[in-house]
Amino acid sequence: MIDLVWLIPLFPFIGFLICGLGRNILPKAAIGIIASLAVLASFAVSLGIFFEFNGSTPAIIHLFDWIKVGNIDIPFSFQIDQLSILMLLIITGIGSLIHIYSTGYMSHDKGFGKFFSYLNLFIFFMLLLVLGSNYVIMFIGWEGVGLCSYLLIGFWYTNGAYADAAKKAFIMNRIGDLGFLIGVFLIITTFGSVSFAQIFPQAQGMVSGDATLTLITILLFVGAVGKSAQLPLFTWLPDAMAGPTPVSALIHAATMVTAGIYMIARSNILFTLSPVTMSIIAVIGLATAIVAAIIALTQTDIKKVLAYSTVSQLGYMFLGLGVGAYTGAFFHVLTHAFFKALLFLGAGSVIHAISDEQDMRKMGGLKKKLPITFFTMLMGTLAISGLPPFAGFFSKDEILAHVYEENKILWIIGVLGAMLTAFYMFRMMFLTFWGNFRGSEEQKHHLHESPVSMTIPLIILAILSVVGGFIGVPEVLGGGHWLSHYLAPVFDASTSRLSVIELSHVTEYMLMGISVAGVVIAIIYAYVKYVKNSHVPLADSEERSVLAKISYNKFYFDELYSAIIQKPLNVISEFFYKIVDKAGIDGFVNGLGKGSMEASKGLRLLQTGNVGFYIFAMVIGVLGILIYSFFKF
Amino acid sequence: MNLLIVLFFPLLGSIVCLLNKNYAKQTALISSLITLVYSLVLLAHFQADASRQFVVDFAWIPQLGINFKAGIDGISMIMVLLTTGLVPLIILSGFSREFKNSSALFALILFMQSGLLVVFTALDAFLFYVGWEAALIPIYFICAIWGGADRIRVNMKFFIYTFAGSLFMLLGIIYLHLQTPGNTYDIDAFYSLNLDVITQGWLFWCFFLAFAIKMPIFPFHTWQPDTYTEAPTMGTMLLAGIMLKMGIYGVIRWLIPIVPLGFMQWKELAIILSIIGIVYASIIAFTQKDIKRLVAYSSIAHVGLIAAGVFAWNAAGVQGAMIQMLNHGINVIGLFFIMDIIINRLQTREIASMGGIAKVAPKFAIAFLIIILGTVALPLTNGFIGEFLLLNGIYQYEMWFSAVAGLTIIFGAVYMLRMYKNVMQGQLNELTATFKDIRGSEVVVLSIICTLIIVIGVYPQPILHISEAAVNGLISQVNNKLAF
Amino acid sequence: MDSITSTIQVVPLNHYILLSAILFSIGVIGVLIRRNAIIIFMSIELMLNSVNLLLTAFSAYSGDASGQVFVFFIMALAAAEVAVGLAIIVMVYRNTSSIDINILNRLKW
Repeated sequence: MIDLVWLIPLFPFIGFLICGLGRNILPKAAIGIIASLAVLASFAVSLGIFFEFNGSTPAIIHLFDWIKVGNIDIPFSFQIDQLSILMLLIITGIGSLIHIYSTGYMSHDKGFGKFFSYLNLFIFFMLLLVLGSNYVIMFIGWEGVGLCSYLLIGFWYTNGAYADAAKKAFIMNRIGDLGFLIGVFLIITTFGSVSFAQIFPQAQGMVSGDATLTLITILLFVGAVGKSAQLPLFTWLPDAMAGPTPVSALIHAATMVTAGIYMIARSNILFTLSPVTMSIIAVIGLATAIVAAIIALTQTDIKKVLAYSTVSQLGYMFLGLGVGAYTGAFFHVLTHAFFKALLFLGAGSVIHAISDEQDMRKMGGLKKKLPITFFTMLMGTLAISGLPPFAGFFSKDEILAHVYEENKILWIIGVLGAMLTAFYMFRMMFLTFWGNFRGSEEQKHHLHESPVSMTIPLIILAILSVVGGFIGVPEVLGGGHWLSHYLAPVFDASTSRLSVIELSHVTEYMLMGISVAGVVIAIIYAYVKYVKNSHVPLADSEERSVLAKISYNKFYFDELYSAIIQKPLNVISEFFYKIVDKAGIDGFVNGLGKGSMEASKGLRLLQTGNVGFYIFAMVIGVLGILIYSFFKF
Repeated sequence: MNLLIVLFFPLLGSIVCLLNKNYAKQTALISSLITLVYSLVLLAHFQADASRQFVVDFAWIPQLGINFKAGIDGISMIMVLLTTGLVPLIILSGFSREFKNSSALFALILFMQSGLLVVFTALDAFLFYVGWEAALIPIYFICAIWGGADRIRVNMKFFIYTFAGSLFMLLGIIYLHLQTPGNTYDIDAFYSLNLDVITQGWLFWCFFLAFAIKMPIFPFHTWQPDTYTEAPTMGTMLLAGIMLKMGIYGVIRWLIPIVPLGFMQWKELAIILSIIGIVYASIIAFTQKDIKRLVAYSSIAHVGLIAAGVFAWNAAGVQGAMIQMLNHGINVIGLFFIMDIIINRLQTREIASMGGIAKVAPKFAIAFLIIILGTVALPLTNGFIGEFLLLNGIYQYEMWFSAVAGLTIIFGAVYMLRMYKNVMQGQLNELTATFKDIRGSEVVVLSIICTLIIVIGVYPQPILHISEAAVNGLISQVNNKLAF
Repeated sequence: MDSITSTIQVVPLNHYILLSAILFSIGVIGVLIRRNAIIIFMSIELMLNSVNLLLTAFSAYSGDASGQVFVFFIMALAAAEVAVGLAIIVMVYRNTSSIDINILNRLKW
């Protein structure tokens, strides 16, 4: 089975070709089935590999030599180990659910075939990303998913703002990609290879805090910042909600944005040996988690709330990585994929039900009309808030416990962030499903529960959000933490280097107690505010308090970037073009031409037309030459 | 003998074109296809080692020590394939247009092809120079006769500028000729000269000027945007797709191996100029309102990267340059063809007056997007292979240079996607609503280009393999000479 | 042939040189000071012929025939020059009814 790993990316690729070429020929049903089957087939192969693989060393499957120049040798090969297997399962598993969901969600869209071909292409690149056995193959997937993200955000490209959002996502990702690329170059010069199998053993022999390693890891982290939407490159992700909702669920919540975490977890040994980078990651992760959570507090667009929540949760994952909780961070990737995909799909179901309305101020009271959607989303919300025994509780708790070991202040901020998360998530739930319907009569008339193709994925994801956490129940709660044992071979080298402070059981219970209590308080506060007092967010035109204004306007990040990067660049561009290029350099070149013209204008005055003068000048010239040569020799 | 057929078959085609006025396009296409087939035959017989193959060498003007000596090694092979492969595409791109006096136009294109092929295979400096100028003359006429409104002034500048550069090169060639023991123009005699540092320093500038103007490298680039904008599209394709590679090829084959000491003296400056060109041209491209001019500036940026990789002079840089020359040729021809289609249908070059074309021309939109992705070097397209190797080559020389040059992958995405968004996405307006999707020969050309972009991107190793031995041989030859 | 050579050698070489120089100078001065195009033209012929004379003399003295070959070239050239030059002068006369060269300054620029 492991030798057949190349089938995993091949199926979605074939799906992409069929859907892409047949988008105008094949009936919609056929396209939906082919695209979903392609991903399901990959899922089946992945499952087969999951059950078969039990080695402690990764399996490498070499396909062909891709680039071979001088000392650079980049094979096109895949690597199978526990980490990539779990990622494969997430991508293909959740990917199939979202494909099935999309057959319902996109059924009225004219670009149905195009949509599924892009979706399959995305799965293909995402699989390359996690399967690659070296940084360059990973980079193919890395940029390829960026491309698909671009295509899908700009899916409805006739809307200029959506096209701009797509462009923004691609460019911001590219900023990170440059960092990644230079990191890869540094890896080549340092280790003489790009293959994981050659780099990591070499790195294990290096001392902790090595300057080169620090630089490499910082550069790689820059790549992760772009891809996983961390400060300061996070502004593209909320804008990316311009794409169809299943895309937000698949790409901008469950899979692509976690690529940065995957990459760092994959290169864990490099990061473990660079404590400076680790601190940077922890700080940036936490800062992102808090900033995004604060912004999410006042957003009124249901998808924007989820988008900022994603940014915030990604921040938690980076916080986990930063304190060395690789398993915890990856655990959170896993559970987050379940509940965030669920929440997005649920939001999609809501939007679908009320005629493409995304503003929560125009929702309310949908509990009765959309029972399945409501119930599943509630599961997701409970999971993300971190209430036991839902999935989010275990993963978030594991990260926070590690943070507590590392630094108490970070832990306090982290718990505050968790409270904010619970608050804005329940705010969203209350505004959407409780109270009275605030939309138009027409919308009210149209309200309906979504078709089966959409509710089944919701139900499956809801179940996963409830029970998904049980794969990592910590010892203190009587679990065996299957996940950490499973992933042990991948993180072995790192865990043996990280100092482990064993928390006493009492402390652990206390930590859990505090965070759960905080979350419950936040939920009660949200309940009082939005259900009891039926508070509805202010309209755009109304005056807000200063803090709310900052939060509502996303800390003015977009305005700031426009003012300090975009506008100056445009001014410089005009300056270079008009002043330096046209007037300066080209002026000089033309000046040479004009100069010779002017000189000839002056010289031609010598041509008096008087033949006698010409001859006289000639004779003088001849005499001059004669005299010169006479005296010279 | 095979080589001679490849070199001069286009010339024959050119004459037939002139005689066969009514079927000039078809004649030209067939001629260029036969040349392509012959060059593929050469490729089939080609051994990918460092040696020169298919060498023809006979006395041409023996009194002056001039030989007709030409041959192909891995480096030349790539350039020959570039020329013979792209010319049919260029000719085919003109199939959907009507030109006045078209037989002369196609005859000139074929004539130019011969000149280019001579440049890429010449092993005699005099022959090289003859080819160099023989390629310049037809393009002058192509641009001056079939160009845009401002063509006369712009062409005058282009011609004088490049011609002035090549005169410096002629000076250098004659000087070297006089230094050789048997007064020959043979490249090997030039290679084995041991000149002192100061002489090599100014010889470097003689050649560098000619090549830098041709490429063009900042600050010798100002002829380029005007010329690209005013030239007819086929002329622009020839210029950007093939002709500017003469400069880069010249650096690899002639400049660096002949005056290695002079090169070492000025290496840093040459790289810095190239990198300034990348950033500078990219930034200018941000706010261009004319689509053709935007692509022209983007071409300066991309060529700057190739030049920087060559000047870094290591295996990754030069190999990257070799494959990127091919890629850039394919991509830039695609881009200019796209521009031509847009301009021809909308009769304007203003980006501001476009928008929403993807809605009415989906096939066109896909082709445009793939070409843009190749240009911005997305992995699994050809551009990535080249830029990865080039940036890596520059990195091996100096990390910071690579970081600055790498800005091209960000800036390239900015101006290309901005253009794509403004031209293809958004709402249709009255003008663009009439846009017709591509058909006939346009589909053929664009599909070939898109296929090449992806195939080279997925499996570049065969092409890298062609030039590998030759590049390594040349680099070690220079290094040995420097060590000596 | 020998008799001509020996006849030439009767006169010392210096005399030839002197004569040529004088003739040449007369030609130069004629060109410089006269304004009649025909006379200028004749002066030019005088200069050419002074050179011819010198070439012949040197040729005879050094026993090398190539000098005389040159003379023939110059004569052929002079003939061609006369054809072209006179044609120009005729045209000038037709247009201006004069052959004064100062009138020709209209040709400038």
